[in-house]
Amino acid sequence: MGIPTLISTSTASDSSSIDITSGIDSTYDEYMFVFTDIGPATDSAEFLFDTSTDGGSNYASTKTTTAFAASHAEDNSSTALGYETSYDLAQATDGQQLVNSLGNGADESAAGVLHLFSPSNTTYVKHFYARMSYYHKSNFNFDLFTAGYINQTADIDAIKFYMDSGNFDGVIQMYGIS
Amino acid sequence: MAMTLITTNTSSDAATSDFTTGIDNTYKLYVFKWHVVNPATDSATLGFQVNATDDPGGDYDQSPITSTCFTAYNNEGDSDARLVYDGGPDQANGTGFQGLDLSMGNDADSSGAGELHLFNPSNTTYVKHFYSRAQGHHSADYAWSTFVAGYINDTTAIDDIQFKMSSGNMDGIISMYGVG
Repeated sequence: MGIPTLISTSTASDSSSIDITSGIDSTYDEYMFVFTDIGPATDSAEFLFDTSTDGGSNYASTKTTTAFAASHAEDNSSTALGYETSYDLAQATDGQQLVNSLGNGADESAAGVLHLFSPSNTTYVKHFYARMSYYHKSNFNFDLFTAGYINQTADIDAIKFYMDSGNFDGVIQMYGIS
Repeated sequence: MAMTLITTNTSSDAATSDFTTGIDNTYKLYVFKWHVVNPATDSATLGFQVNATDDPGGDYDQSPITSTCFTAYNNEGDSDARLVYDGGPDQANGTGFQGLDLSMGNDADSSGAGELHLFNPSNTTYVKHFYSRAQGHHSADYAWSTFVAGYINDTTAIDDIQFKMSSGNMDGIISMYGVG
């Protein structure tokens, strides 16, 4: 990891989304988003992100992505490691899942890190990867890895985080990596 | 704000590497990086456990962990390479030490390196998430890359963490950073 500089801290409190519409520019070649205490209002919610090239007026960027996960039940009844075809995207404009089926119990949450590379580059597609640990609605730990590229050359200047259903609490810190 | 070095523990034939100060609400993310970790006992595993604030100075044996573990490995003979879920080190609300760097060789040139991310240990509402990646020189002469993640299934704040081998002492350096 390079040296991270904190750019902004966004706190969700029963919020429908966190939109970060400033601070993403050519200053850094890598941006890191640290998620802590992400708790959904709705059980089994998906936590997603999407990007914008017009300051957050419009999202729905085209993405091709991968996803794989390890999981383990609290009662030791099940373990798994595998590719997750339902979490990936193939030239789709949907939001990219960072977390799937997150529990909404009082102590249930998600945490992790998303890295976004060279969002201001106007020649290449934009790569990202993320790793999240979370409390699955069925009392599992999930370790979910996602990665991919936003298949556009226009510069990205905003990013949005949200649940597919309902609101959420949590903190998202954005760092520039030098 | 940056990634700030808080403490570096240098172990020389030591039983444990303890961090008992500096874990608080100053940072949302704590990163522990280890390198040149060499066990005294062959095939020992480097692991961690925590003390919550309701067990100050405790024996690192009270915090339940649910975790996952998978590994990618390849031996020096290039005859055994695989990516698999590893049901040995994972825990299902267990209170044991969480294995991070597995079955390390104790040869003079064997060692392991890696990092552990611990998210918001001072939170008192949610479980505490962590994940790690380790690269070790396995005792059977493998490159052994281990990915562990999980949560400490306790809403009490955490303020101590201990690293130790599953058996015997160790040499090595472990540094704790705060990000934020």
